[in-house]
Amino acid sequence: MEIEKFSYDNKIVKAFIIATVVFGLVGMLVGLTAALQLVYPIFNFELQYTTFGRIRPLHTNAIIFAFVGNAMFAGVYYSLQRLLKARMLSDALSWIHFWGWQLIILAAAITLPLGLTSSKEYAELEWPIDIAIAIIWVVFGWNMIGTIIKRRERYLYVAIWFYIATFVTVAVLHIVNSFAIPVTFFKSYSWYAGVQDALVQWWYGHNAVAFFLTTPFLGLMYYFLPKAANRPVFSYKLSIIHFWSLIFLYIWAGPHHLLYTSLPDWAQSLGVVFSIMLIAPSWGGMLNGLMTLRGAWDRVREDVVLKFMVVAITAYGMATLEGPLLSLKNVNAIAHFTDWIVAHVHVGGLGWNGFMIFAMLYWVVPRMWSTKLYSPKLANLHFWLGTLGIIFYALPMYVSGVVQSLMWKEFNPEGFLVYKNFLETTVQILPLHMLRATGGALYLTGAIIMTYNLIKTAYAGSFVSDENAEAAPLVKNYVAKSGGWHYRVLEHKPILFTVLTLIAILIGGIIEMVPTFLIKSNVPTLVSVKPYTPLELHGRDIYIREGCVNCHTQMVRPFRSETERYGEYSKAGEFVYDHPFLWGSKRTGPDLHCIGGKYPNTWHYNHMLIPDAVSTGSIMPAYPWLFEQSIDKNLTAGKINALRTLGVPYEEGYQDKANSDLERQSSEITATLKADGIEVADDAEIVALIAYLQRLGRDIKGEATAKE
Amino acid sequence: MYKNVLQNIENIAIWPMVSFVIFFVFFICLLLWVFSVDKKHIEKMENLPFEGNDLKNETNLNIGL
Repeated sequence: MEIEKFSYDNKIVKAFIIATVVFGLVGMLVGLTAALQLVYPIFNFELQYTTFGRIRPLHTNAIIFAFVGNAMFAGVYYSLQRLLKARMLSDALSWIHFWGWQLIILAAAITLPLGLTSSKEYAELEWPIDIAIAIIWVVFGWNMIGTIIKRRERYLYVAIWFYIATFVTVAVLHIVNSFAIPVTFFKSYSWYAGVQDALVQWWYGHNAVAFFLTTPFLGLMYYFLPKAANRPVFSYKLSIIHFWSLIFLYIWAGPHHLLYTSLPDWAQSLGVVFSIMLIAPSWGGMLNGLMTLRGAWDRVREDVVLKFMVVAITAYGMATLEGPLLSLKNVNAIAHFTDWIVAHVHVGGLGWNGFMIFAMLYWVVPRMWSTKLYSPKLANLHFWLGTLGIIFYALPMYVSGVVQSLMWKEFNPEGFLVYKNFLETTVQILPLHMLRATGGALYLTGAIIMTYNLIKTAYAGSFVSDENAEAAPLVKNYVAKSGGWHYRVLEHKPILFTVLTLIAILIGGIIEMVPTFLIKSNVPTLVSVKPYTPLELHGRDIYIREGCVNCHTQMVRPFRSETERYGEYSKAGEFVYDHPFLWGSKRTGPDLHCIGGKYPNTWHYNHMLIPDAVSTGSIMPAYPWLFEQSIDKNLTAGKINALRTLGVPYEEGYQDKANSDLERQSSEITATLKADGIEVADDAEIVALIAYLQRLGRDIKGEATAKE
Repeated sequence: MYKNVLQNIENIAIWPMVSFVIFFVFFICLLLWVFSVDKKHIEKMENLPFEGNDLKNETNLNIGL
């Protein structure tokens, strides 16, 4: 048979590697800033673009989509070509993918500090960017599947299965979760409301972790670990079980992010059961990785790539055991909303993703530049700084999480909360937050050293932009003669394989969501719950813009410690007009679901202006711009119309009368402020925000009074 | 609980059955395949990363790691 000559495209890998390193440094620096903000509010810089509420999504998006995303693409483009013995389908598609993705990152870096956000975690970007992401993602998939079709190696190695699953599932997740109705070019309302929005969001959020941070990196592990260890994977059979059970089970577990919330009980239980089952495939994968090194452990002492990989895989194992344990309701009751969860995700992020990326870079860069690594000693230093960084990050946050939780729940013998003032629990953990920032700084220092090392390596070598290779083309009309059905039917039929993967991941999602969407009884309606007034709607959008949801939940769980502290526990029916839901996932500050009527307007006014003056020691940033900027009343009608389309019962024609209602309500608020000697414009943003905050939890209180 | 919530859908009793069957068949097939697979095929598959231009016996120490 004729042997064909071709070349592997290293240039695109190089581009993605540069982007990985640059955005890695940026993302970590932003993370470090956010960590400092939680100790010293001065790091919010009193600028509306740099408050924690806007910086935190910038950090998560930069790390997930820019750092980990670019690294994933670098690894996929490198390994896919070699595993398939084919150059990528089209260089043009590769470059459209590369530049498209970087433009999306740029758009995120501009819009998030501007406060343009949907507020849904890890899906904060507004609708035009969402559409761009969908298009570029399809370009990536097209390029990948096209390459698979024109491959010269008949069988698809397990790493490629993980890449295919990544492409298919992220596409489904992104599209379903991003459904929204645009109000303006940069403002939209989630298609779903309240409980349903929460269910869709955490189905997305959980599986974004699964299919953006986990499956592609498992694929990279199955390729780069055997390469670095120079021996095949421990058990290929295990890798097959790992793949199918992981993608099949992962998708069901999303509701474990919503335990004890207003999500229907059956959905919560479903999430718990599948989370526990997930231990099996996750640990199967981890053991498969670690066992690959059997008989080669001596090399781990000398080989920095293997060192990084061993810690990465161990971190994967720890995080995937901890995850299921956290999804047990009794553990979740303690850990949820605390720093424990922050520790958990950073063991995964810093340990699994970060260290896997570093290992890959140290392995790939010397090869692509056909030289030796500039300094193995510096790489070792990076390894130890990184490892210490993870420890200094995670341990204080675990302690902090437990301390927080115990303080929130502590009652004195008389039956009252010991720490009635939430702030006491915040001040208590500040030293631990400082330690966490130290851990982050260590980790970042390691990454800077790596950058220097890699640059020096690249300068010492010469870049091989097109690596020559040769292989025979595939025989047409091939019929497999032996082996199991799996490889006769699947392993050389990529399209069928992709379709089956899609089916496997759809089953869980459908069973979870269909009942919640179809059955009214899942979300009992409360008569007293009414749509927001136009002024409250503006206030709510300011709440979303400022990212208040990053630190304040709106979900009182049915525990005595919470109902004592905050008030009546939250019910599904209270959120039916919440597009999007704002339950939050972390309590850096207290829950706000029942804040309405708790303090006078003047309190809120002063608190937003100088938080520290009202609550001494508060780490909340000041929001002086809310007092100078005015709401845009021209948008009121558009907002009302959009929400009515989504089913919020504003009567026809109300959009024209809305502004007069708005003005009446704002003048009422300014009048109460005036009585306390405060002069503020009727259309100042602070007035709308106060209106919204004072509304929270009022409807349910009305219901209680009506019953009495 | 699950049953109570779902009983409003017609013929809902079939849902848990269908879920169970999907699950059962899925994992049985998976295990069947894994136990029946041709050893030579597995060997070929696990060595795929080492084919092509890469030197099989190259270690990271050769590139200074």
